[in-house]
Amino acid sequence: MIPGEFEYAAPDSVKQAIELLRTPDAKLLAGGMSLIPALKHRLASPRLLIDLARIPALDGLGARRGRVTIGARVTHAALALCPELREHPIFAETARVIGDVQVRNRGTIGGSLVHADPAADWPAVFLALDGEVSAVGPNGERAIPAADFFTGILTSAVAADEIVTEVRMAPERKRAGAAYRKLRQPASGFALVGVAAEVVVDRRGRCARASVAVTGVNPVPFRAAGLEARLVGQVLDPERLRDACRAIDEVDPLDDLHASADYRRHLTSVYARRAVRAAYERATA
Amino acid sequence: MAVRPVQVGQRIKRREDPRLIRGLATYTDDLRLPGMLHAAFVRSEYAAGRIARVEVSGALALPGVVAAFSYDDLRGEVGRTPIMALLPPDVMQDVEHPLLADGAVRYVGQPIAVVIALDRYTARDAAARVAVDIEPRDAVVDVERALEPDAPRVYEELADNVCARVPAEPAPDLDALFAEADHRLELRLVNQRVAPVPMEGRAVLAHWDEGSGKLNVWTSTQVPHAAKQEIAACLGIPDIRVRVVAPEVGGGFGCKIPVYGEECLLPWISRRLCRPVKWAETRTENLMATTHGRGHVEYLEAAFRSDGRVLALRGRTLAEVGAYPSYFGAAIGTFTQLMAPGCYQIRAVEWELVCVYTNTMATDAYRGAGRPEAAYAVERVMDAVAAELGLDPVEVRRRNLIPMDAFPYTTATGAVYDSGDYAAALDRALERFDYAAERAAQASARADGRLVGIGVATFTEICGLGPSQNETPSPKALAGTWESATVRVEPSGNVTILSGASPHGQGGETAYAQLAADALGIEIEAVEVLHGDTDVVQHGVGTFGSRGLVVGGSAVHLALERVVAKAGRIAAHLLDSVAEQVEFEGGEFRVRGTERTLPFRDVAKAAHLWNVPIPGEEPGLEAVAFFEPTATTFPFGAHICRVEVDRETGQVALERYVAVDDAGVIVNPLLAEGQRLGGIVQGLGQALCEQLVYDPSGQLQTATLMDYAMPRAAMFPRIELDSTCTPTDVNPLGAKGIGELGTIGSAPCVVSAVLDALAPLGVRHLDMPLVPERVWRAIRDATVRA
Repeated sequence: MIPGEFEYAAPDSVKQAIELLRTPDAKLLAGGMSLIPALKHRLASPRLLIDLARIPALDGLGARRGRVTIGARVTHAALALCPELREHPIFAETARVIGDVQVRNRGTIGGSLVHADPAADWPAVFLALDGEVSAVGPNGERAIPAADFFTGILTSAVAADEIVTEVRMAPERKRAGAAYRKLRQPASGFALVGVAAEVVVDRRGRCARASVAVTGVNPVPFRAAGLEARLVGQVLDPERLRDACRAIDEVDPLDDLHASADYRRHLTSVYARRAVRAAYERATA
Repeated sequence: MAVRPVQVGQRIKRREDPRLIRGLATYTDDLRLPGMLHAAFVRSEYAAGRIARVEVSGALALPGVVAAFSYDDLRGEVGRTPIMALLPPDVMQDVEHPLLADGAVRYVGQPIAVVIALDRYTARDAAARVAVDIEPRDAVVDVERALEPDAPRVYEELADNVCARVPAEPAPDLDALFAEADHRLELRLVNQRVAPVPMEGRAVLAHWDEGSGKLNVWTSTQVPHAAKQEIAACLGIPDIRVRVVAPEVGGGFGCKIPVYGEECLLPWISRRLCRPVKWAETRTENLMATTHGRGHVEYLEAAFRSDGRVLALRGRTLAEVGAYPSYFGAAIGTFTQLMAPGCYQIRAVEWELVCVYTNTMATDAYRGAGRPEAAYAVERVMDAVAAELGLDPVEVRRRNLIPMDAFPYTTATGAVYDSGDYAAALDRALERFDYAAERAAQASARADGRLVGIGVATFTEICGLGPSQNETPSPKALAGTWESATVRVEPSGNVTILSGASPHGQGGETAYAQLAADALGIEIEAVEVLHGDTDVVQHGVGTFGSRGLVVGGSAVHLALERVVAKAGRIAAHLLDSVAEQVEFEGGEFRVRGTERTLPFRDVAKAAHLWNVPIPGEEPGLEAVAFFEPTATTFPFGAHICRVEVDRETGQVALERYVAVDDAGVIVNPLLAEGQRLGGIVQGLGQALCEQLVYDPSGQLQTATLMDYAMPRAAMFPRIELDSTCTPTDVNPLGAKGIGELGTIGSAPCVVSAVLDALAPLGVRHLDMPLVPERVWRAIRDATVRA
């Protein structure tokens, strides 16, 4: 638990940070909740750590006309308590089940997304709500939609010379609800399975649109497109929901000490049903 | 007359806490000495293999590196890694355990080389540059596999992987009882390997003082006096030239009883380099190379009657001792043998113990040390009997409990239980839990298809070991099972207690101060308690096995009595009376039936001023006592809990937990509750989530706290505590010991509840830990069967 040698810089603007990022073997430090343990175990040995803590531009947080804008350095704890997000309980309920108090006080949404841990919680919400991030690099700013964001285990579409500055999500507000449900891996607190769901219902209470995203199960978080299609047009009573969730086509589960592939496959169905039901209940409330 | 402030029995806050909570405590790793160097270990990445080459030149080339050592540097310079529990040679195949690997590695994490540098970062960098070539061999990590004839051998030179075979004491009527019993059942139980995980890992700072020719060692230990003896012996230094200090110690749970190779090696390096050297283990080193606990497989056969009475038990324990038997490691299972009958009248017990070498870290004492394994086994028998006969598990226990009028009671394994009232504790627990109402609620929950279970455990254990002659059969034993205390009265009347015990989180300083305040009639703030420094404190034994108060406190009590007796003689002289006529109460000596009094503080002053010489007395006011227990104590309890299992996921939610414990006289209920809560949660951790996992090649899969699951407060409801008090007369305090009680009761209690929850599905057996997937599989398999 003793890291190797590294240089440390704490720029006060995104521009400076991008400049520093040209250094070979440089690594951005946000909350450090994954990076610092990786350094201590010497799984990562960057030459330069660029601490984003002093860049105020990354700390914004607000919701306007259904559009939620979250600075990349906003902590899970801030998201758990943010009054502007009260209309969208999925943010607080996700933030509250991340890690522990210390992790929530330090860890950030941008760091979590860019680190792309296959068992992190935010990726499911980000995918289910069709979010996007702003990534700023030497050639300016671009938006990366959630669908294109996660490219592999611990890899994202953010280029090595880019910094994610903002995360944007646009949860539906009318006849809509969203929810996140997870089973914690008991040691780490990461998701053995985590499912985020958003459901929009029509005037007759049938599911007009559903999006369901799963983390913790496959090497890369995914949208359960087949399930989403099966839900549309249905009144989501328990029996139908159970049938719809029974098999989720995209599941290609990890198999490790904490859960076998079998068990993860089973849990995906259970938690998909629980998340969709909770979202549906919010939508029809 | 002064009002006597009665301290014993009061919920006094721990005097230790302000420094601990504010970060003002000084742990070993907080210490800094001028010129101090830092050590980093190179540890084996293979579970079994021959060392072809260890090359340290790459490390030495790094700026800031001072030295690097491998076994070749130690050859002939030091002894073996200390071991206390050497069983007799006809029972045990002993092995060499060098401080650094000598030609062979036998577990992942075994130290091979050590690098010394100016700072710990450089030391770690340099350790990565030590070239180690290992020719790997097949490893064996599973205790049952290790006993198969074709299993890889941990020691090629030994005939098999048996470390020790401790035969069962023959019980002549066992076969007859099995023959006459209405029923028999068999169980195979895994008591999985777990990690003690104290908040503070191990840490050692060694300073050879060339000027005085003295070795100073600060180490995070439960047994500083034993460490002093062992280090002196290992290095061939006279014990009077070794000082060991246990500064603040952040928990031990048994894993800081062993005197480790690192604790001997750092002193050797310090002497070699004439510089202070420090090492503090990382959490991964703690999980990999600090002793583990449990690691048993138990095979049981029980003979029982149709009314639920268990007549006889036949048991066999396979105990993983790891690759090298640790300090007490090979002896832990003997407590399982002794305590096999638990709190029940079982007429015959035969229990064999086989300690097995595997390519893993050693196991040793862990909160309960052999008794939790025994309690878990017999409690599972009681539940199995209840299930078999369709009886209430509470009723089965009640029918088997040793009745109060049977004490003192000699068990089938020869333990003599001095006192107890097991039924009273059970009744109190049932009442507190509202058992009938809970069972009714369970029935309606079951009718709704919910998996609600109620679990119960009644148990006893053995604490405050002694007398010494019984407990120290090993030729390597360095001290008995007594404890020491000095009570030193200053001229002011303030008091310093020097305890030979070594509290490391239990609150011993508070409890000892309470004893002194009461005995001397002084304010508790007038008492200082010192421990853990072998240059300050008389020889002592340490803190483990729930002995801190039972044995350590009794020594304090004896020393206090001696001080009061001498002060009484001095007071009698000053009051123109005789000792027989002087009584002491509330801090005052008084000539019986008169108003002639003298406060304790005035006597203390007179004892030091000595301007009025007392014939036949020496000046000063100080006493030393060595308390030798004449017998052991047997605290007990009854725990009941309710769980609900999520049928779909297998998750276990613990919803209520009631614990009634009896540890005899309680000196400080607040401390006792802390011990019980911590102990209960530690047992729940084993039952529900903790497990050390080695893969078949011997790699530790749970080498960080991201993979080794510790219990957390949020997992549990508020634990409801109640108690009964059945004093003992085997020590002057009437105390029975409380540190391990909770752990012993809680694991079987919650397993009992989960099995009860799953009973309607036909599930009869589960092994710990009851992680969701395991429970889910049991539910699924049962559903498929149905």
